[in-house]
Amino acid sequence: MRAVIAVIGKDMVGILARISTICAAANANVMDVTETIMQDLFAMIMLIDISKCTEDYAVLVDRLTKAGQEMRLQVHVMHEDIFNAMHRV
Amino acid sequence: MALNSKDILETIKMIQEENLDIRTITMGISLLDCIDSDIDKACGKIYDKMMRLACNHVRNGEEIERRYGIPIINKRLSVTPVAMLSAAAKGSPVKFARTLQRVADETGVNYVGGYSALVQKGCAAGDRQLIESIPEALSVTTKVCSSVNVGSTRAGINMNAVALMGQVIKQAAEATADDHCFGAAKIVVFCNAVEDNPFMAGAFHGTGEPDCVINVGVSGPGVVRAAIAKMPNASIDEIAETIKRTAFKITRMGQLVGTEASKMLGVPFGIVDLSLAPTPAVGDSVAHILEEIGLESCGAYGTTAALALLNDAVKKGGVMASSRVGGLSGAFIPVSEDAGMIDAVHRGSLCLEKLEAMTAVCSVGLDMIVVPGDTSADIISAMIADEAAIGMVNGKTTAVRVIPAIGMKEGDTLEFGGLFGSGPVMSVNRFSPSKFISRGGHIPAPLQSLKN
Repeated sequence: MRAVIAVIGKDMVGILARISTICAAANANVMDVTETIMQDLFAMIMLIDISKCTEDYAVLVDRLTKAGQEMRLQVHVMHEDIFNAMHRV
Repeated sequence: MALNSKDILETIKMIQEENLDIRTITMGISLLDCIDSDIDKACGKIYDKMMRLACNHVRNGEEIERRYGIPIINKRLSVTPVAMLSAAAKGSPVKFARTLQRVADETGVNYVGGYSALVQKGCAAGDRQLIESIPEALSVTTKVCSSVNVGSTRAGINMNAVALMGQVIKQAAEATADDHCFGAAKIVVFCNAVEDNPFMAGAFHGTGEPDCVINVGVSGPGVVRAAIAKMPNASIDEIAETIKRTAFKITRMGQLVGTEASKMLGVPFGIVDLSLAPTPAVGDSVAHILEEIGLESCGAYGTTAALALLNDAVKKGGVMASSRVGGLSGAFIPVSEDAGMIDAVHRGSLCLEKLEAMTAVCSVGLDMIVVPGDTSADIISAMIADEAAIGMVNGKTTAVRVIPAIGMKEGDTLEFGGLFGSGPVMSVNRFSPSKFISRGGHIPAPLQSLKN
């Protein structure tokens, strides 16, 4: 099972490090990362594999969202199926 | 990355800024095997069956919300029309309503629909008793919703039931006068009611449905409006095309959630209802879509045409996105639940007559419309008759959900709060239809050929 983490907000030092540290601590493998600028905002999208995740999915989501709040960034964690469903015929 | 970052950001924007959500996951439960001549035994069976099937419904819904990051606003239940149980049992059907309320409280669902009767051709045992008990049932419960089908294209319109429903709506409003007349907001009078509708207040579990089923209602007027806003100079064809594409995406999300919910609960997946259901939240309005298409204010000439275009494009886009489409499917136009409609009424651009015309081309009917408290039962019955006639002749579902605001007059505002919003009390044509309504009887089913 794979999940997408989207981080949106003002660019700063250490975003990638902080998010990937939380993933690593939960044994969620980072498979891909892209960064884009969207209307002056920084957007990082990370694909993670959570099939061997040692934490409950909800706990991981809470941690990531909380880290986002501390850095004043929006963090969204969503199962990849939703994007496949919505954007693929 | 197999996923496109533009797609990901688009989805997030839809949810965060454009109020995209799953409006409801509704579990339909058949109560036919709970019928008993002893009403208390029947209520016991209903409670046991519903609790067995629905005890995890809310928790599963929340789990899906977390996993996919999509808000699911309502988790609801719908049941077999209670009149069928009432037909066998002696005693007040209000006991059934109390049982449904107890199930709603204990499962944590938002609403239970199905305190209903289907009387398009006439009342069978239990039907009249149930209809007459509606005002009391809705005043002693908070989460039970009621619907009555008074007409259909094949059967015509039961004018005796139409006359009765005018009184029932009035009584329901009076019985809940100290609670914003909310009783009347929980009754829908249908023509051509559908059996798999997940939306309240008109949801019930039809007799042709399986024992238990999951139906999903999607929403997203804000997403459609935002998509149209990006194309200020587009032609109408291009707008229709954009609405179709947007509806496709929204519906795919509903399909995914429905499939997931049915897997988790071990219950078959029924349908996705492709409806644009507005909420009072800013940016979540069907009226604003019509205005974005190019009308100064909803209700202006052109509104019916724009709505017809919107309704049709939503269906075309949605049908391809889901394996099974059903329910009401289309654009809803509830006045009190739509910020744009409320503004249009205040501005004087939207009146009841225009709303009636709009119901000929949209999903349902006169919905969440507040009328003065002294509107007579006969006038309400006549509104129902007009609406049912539109449905009957056009072979579509129509409905009436009007709320007589007891003690209020035109220009006042009835506040419901939450998803139900606030309703401006609308002006009503006061000429009397009493003679027409008091005749009783039946409007014959219309001819299906010679269509002009």
